[in-house]
Amino acid sequence: MNNNLLFDFTVDKENKTIYVKREFDGDLGLVWQAWTTPEMLDQWWAPQPYRNKTKSMDFREGGAWHYAMISPENETHWARFDYEKIATERSYSGLDAFCDEQGNINTDFSRMHWKNDFSEVAARTTVSITIVADTLETLEKIIAMGFREGFTMGMDQLDGLLTTLKMQAR
Amino acid sequence: MRRDIFQAIADPTRRAIITLIALQAMTPNAIAEHFDTSRQAVSKHLRILTECELVHKHHQGREIYYSLEIKRMKEIDKWLEQFRKIWETRFHQLDNLLTTIKKQKK
Repeated sequence: MNNNLLFDFTVDKENKTIYVKREFDGDLGLVWQAWTTPEMLDQWWAPQPYRNKTKSMDFREGGAWHYAMISPENETHWARFDYEKIATERSYSGLDAFCDEQGNINTDFSRMHWKNDFSEVAARTTVSITIVADTLETLEKIIAMGFREGFTMGMDQLDGLLTTLKMQAR
Repeated sequence: MRRDIFQAIADPTRRAIITLIALQAMTPNAIAEHFDTSRQAVSKHLRILTECELVHKHHQGREIYYSLEIKRMKEIDKWLEQFRKIWETRFHQLDNLLTTIKKQKK
């Protein structure tokens, strides 16, 4: 765990906007790849103990990423991210939504608009995320979808993942 | 019926009411003066806020005053803190992945 990396998290409740800014110890090419290719996204997108599974990925403007986050009890939460604008290794934006296995969007919940900006300084890449929700209920739903257990176990889980990754690297 | 706190703050009028009474306890009439909606609509919002235990009402003479339950508002902050933790977890996972990839490349 690297604690020297910048991490900003601010919530503007009035404007239903979340700003997340995080620095990663990797060059722009690598970090961009980690955010935009299914093979890599599947390895980190779902917070432990959930695992991520991509059903389809079409990373281009008008395309979508259809994926599931699966709990240890095999409870599956489907989601899709529809890409709006993509500027390679600079930024991408789109709409995030809950859906079913066929990709039909669950209209009970409003979608969240994302814009992710990437910039590199001295082999470190900063990702700035702006998430705008229609309602605070949308944010609440994300928690209700089953993440709560995911982080109550918190850092212990992370240690486990770290060990796994280290073993894979051998 | 007890409602969800997030239902309380999902509505823009209710959020505006919260902002108003955060400063001082107010009567329904005084609150209604700040909105174009009917007095009835404001009463309905106040009822929901009361059911969510976000506001507290007390009688003073013939008037009812509504004030904000600060403690309950803090629950929202707590929830947002959880949201932050999801991101922390996710990002640590990405850190690990980046480290792994870099090692493999060497």
